[in-house]
Amino acid sequence: MASVVNVKDLRKVYELGSQQVVGLAGVDLRIEPGEFVAVMGPSGSGKSTFMHITGLLDEPSSGTYEFEGADVSNLSDDDRADIRSRRLGFVFQSYNLLARTSAVENVELPMLYAGVPDAERRRIALEKMEIVGVERLANHASNQMSGGQQQRVAIARSLVNDPALILADEPTGALDTRSSEDVMRLFTQLNEERGITILLVTHEADVAAYAKRVVMFRDGLIVSDSATKVAA
Amino acid sequence: MKTLRIALDALLRNRARSLLTMLGVIIGVAAVIVTVAIGAGARISVQNQINSLGSNLIVVMPGSVTQSGARTGSGGASTLTPEDGMAIAKLPGVAAVSPVVNVRSQVVSGGNNWQTQVSGVAPTYTFVRSWPMDSGTFFTQNDVLSAAKVAVLGQTVVQNLFPDGSSPIGKTVFIKGVPFTIVGTLAALGQSGLGQDQDDTIMIPYTSAMQRLTGQTTVNTLMVSAQDAQSVAGVQTGVTALLEQRHRITPPQQDDFSVRNLQDIAAAASSTGAVMEFLLAGVAAVSLIVGGIGIMNIMMVSVTERTREIGLRMAVGARSRVILRQFLTESIVLSTVGGLIGVCCGLAGTGLVAILAKWPMMIPPAWIAFSVLFSAMVGIFFGYYPARKAANLRPIEALRFE
Repeated sequence: MASVVNVKDLRKVYELGSQQVVGLAGVDLRIEPGEFVAVMGPSGSGKSTFMHITGLLDEPSSGTYEFEGADVSNLSDDDRADIRSRRLGFVFQSYNLLARTSAVENVELPMLYAGVPDAERRRIALEKMEIVGVERLANHASNQMSGGQQQRVAIARSLVNDPALILADEPTGALDTRSSEDVMRLFTQLNEERGITILLVTHEADVAAYAKRVVMFRDGLIVSDSATKVAA
Repeated sequence: MKTLRIALDALLRNRARSLLTMLGVIIGVAAVIVTVAIGAGARISVQNQINSLGSNLIVVMPGSVTQSGARTGSGGASTLTPEDGMAIAKLPGVAAVSPVVNVRSQVVSGGNNWQTQVSGVAPTYTFVRSWPMDSGTFFTQNDVLSAAKVAVLGQTVVQNLFPDGSSPIGKTVFIKGVPFTIVGTLAALGQSGLGQDQDDTIMIPYTSAMQRLTGQTTVNTLMVSAQDAQSVAGVQTGVTALLEQRHRITPPQQDDFSVRNLQDIAAAASSTGAVMEFLLAGVAAVSLIVGGIGIMNIMMVSVTERTREIGLRMAVGARSRVILRQFLTESIVLSTVGGLIGVCCGLAGTGLVAILAKWPMMIPPAWIAFSVLFSAMVGIFFGYYPARKAANLRPIEALRFE
């Protein structure tokens, strides 16, 4: 079975006016199916850039990226959108639920773009909401839910296309300690019981501790990886 | 279909904003409908009044003449005679002819006086103008032959000379000091299409007017009535040929008279109305464009405000083309629905004006279709730029946007 993510010498350089800012300075990493990887590092370390490229929201300046065995280094915007639609799930720090929209409609949103039929959409959405334990909240609007509940709805939304990889960008950043533990236990459960591959970006060590593997970034490079025990 | 649904969802989530955005288009379209209806109504009422004069009517007026190098205006020449009229009466297709001699004069009866238009005409005049009597009788051909001192009064003159409501029949009215016996009164006709009070008149035999008031041998106008609408053009040609012969006019000499029928006059009046109509519609269309700019404005704000939403939609797999279509659909729906509501408001407003102002209203259906179509186009035109702005957002930047 092909690796979910396989990047080689991944580089990203941003042009800010006349200045060049290095986001990634040559990263090699493989993520196998069923892994739960936490990416850590201070701000400016390149961890967010790495997540954006891995999530096909951005493209690398050089290097190769194979997603599920296929080279996706130089895809068009539309092709990247299609892979996001079919194979990737996203969880954000600020949940990004649509305002004045019920939880179940929020969960259905990705399927609207994937062209899933109406009845099917509702069925899948409710099924995923049950998995994360928010089926009771189906008709609640986002302003009627707590932060932890909103993040659970967002996680249900990331599951609707049975993604090969869920990318979670500081998913506990806006939550209190209890809700954070709650959400992290949910991720652990999804990973262990359903074998869902998760890539988590965080700068908190106790959050990263839930992952089976921790990768440290600094100055656009990987400085440590708990799987390979690369020396810092 | 999918895009329409997404767009409708987004619009319904912001009902207040959607309604406010539509307001500009609603007002614009309603304004177009109402102004066009008023303009068309005005045109129709002018047309109706001109037609009420008798559509078979042909008016012969003296042309201009050159006096010591200066040309008088139309009607300045004194070339038409009652004999011209008698000759015209013998032409085929002519039903009746009446000469008209106009004198403005102060008239006196009893203790009251009034300034009015005194018209010397033939007994055929009431037939030519389809003008019924109110009381008494019109004067006869014998009165014309004898230049009798008899008069028939219009209703405005009756009201001003006999304010007590007594019957004027048999009383005497002094016109330029000459006593005339009143033999009848005319039914009220109201205002002419050009706003003149047609009832402010006294009619006397044209011979009496010429001999006793003007002292001239010419008349101001010859009113000719054709037998039917089809013969109007033939009579017009016949009259022109006859008068050219009688007045010994050969090319390149210019005619010293003009022959016009009321259809021409009506056409001129209604073309003035059409110009007004377009002018009004133009002003209204400007407000429609302003409404469109309002839509663009709100859509621009909306794109900025919903940047994170757009980022999310892209992250979960919306292609940028789909985002473009969503926002374009939103603005088209806003402007088209606004246009339809505007049509309803316009129709309601038109009905209200029609009732309150007792003004005949007419809304050409083409204008309704045009307004809705135009507002849809406003939506496309003013919605494209904001939609493209939304579609061109980079997903990561949109997601990071605070």
